[in-house]
Amino acid sequence: MSELSPNDVVITQADAAGSGPVRDALEGRVDIMAMTQATHDAALRPADPGGLSHGERAALAARIARLNADEGLAAHYAALLEEAGADEAVSAMADPAHKGGGDARRAALIAYTDLVSVHPRDTAAADIEALKSAGISDADIVRLSELNAFLAYQIRVIAGLKLMKATA
Amino acid sequence: MSTIIHEFTTKIPHWRPRVQPIKLDEATPEQLDALKVTPSNTKVSDYVLVLANDVETLKVRTPLFNAIMYNRGGMGRAERELSAVGASVVNHCIYCTAVHASRYNQLAKDEEVMRRIFADGEDAELDERKKAIFTFAAKLSKAPSEATEEDMRALRAAGLKDDELLDLILSAALFGWANRLMHTLGDPVVED
Repeated sequence: MSELSPNDVVITQADAAGSGPVRDALEGRVDIMAMTQATHDAALRPADPGGLSHGERAALAARIARLNADEGLAAHYAALLEEAGADEAVSAMADPAHKGGGDARRAALIAYTDLVSVHPRDTAAADIEALKSAGISDADIVRLSELNAFLAYQIRVIAGLKLMKATA
Repeated sequence: MSTIIHEFTTKIPHWRPRVQPIKLDEATPEQLDALKVTPSNTKVSDYVLVLANDVETLKVRTPLFNAIMYNRGGMGRAERELSAVGASVVNHCIYCTAVHASRYNQLAKDEEVMRRIFADGEDAELDERKKAIFTFAAKLSKAPSEATEEDMRALRAAGLKDDELLDLILSAALFGWANRLMHTLGDPVVED
């Protein structure tokens, strides 16, 4: 972990790889950027995905990026979705206008994601119960929460770096 | 009996999970490794036992959290706690706010800043530098698009250098993460 990776998603998305004060600051936090990338891989492409497939994770990530008006990041996750070879029902989850197409499980994953990604303060015990009622296991609820939580972090680091760069 | 609390406090509550924590005696070797359980360290919080349900993320998230909050250099530790509080207040994470407001108070040896933030939220009267840090963390937390170039210029005008700005961004964003676990997967409670 001695230098910044050329494949770092956050740095690429923020267009912060070029030399300058933002790059210099990132060089001072090489370990954090490497671990940020490692959490991206753990949340999006874990070796053991449990009940939340790589395709569903990529689709929900693209959805969250769009809900936050980050089209560049949405394109990154659309590419991961493509790689995952997900079927049409899963791919449809990437579109914020799609609400699950009548499938109770997917509708619950989407409703929870839409709430937590944009209005986390409004989440209540009933929202966790709704996931359980849709047949989602406790372990998968944690996986879904970590995916949402990671995306919230990643989107904000990218947005912050863009502001740093714009005012450098 | 226990009661769920809804008001900001610096007194750290208990955290009651809404989903099942893993059972330590049934934990896999990978989970034990991520939990850093050793014969001399067998105390693990319910929060971490809940997160161990997603062991691959937990394993990398814990060192990332520690690096962002405690790494040397850059923005001071008290200011990173202030940033964490800015996010946690916006996201109404009572537990995270209590932990990080009390850490701020310990590090800064001052309780007035948190008293003002709890009373007035984003309108709290703080000195220029603290105000700029708190405002940026709060806005970035509400929605990334809420934080503007003007907010970033206010931080620079208050004396923050690029390495400090990066630490501010990282710590505020990190609590976008932490709040979405603490506030959603459990309740802050006090025993009656």
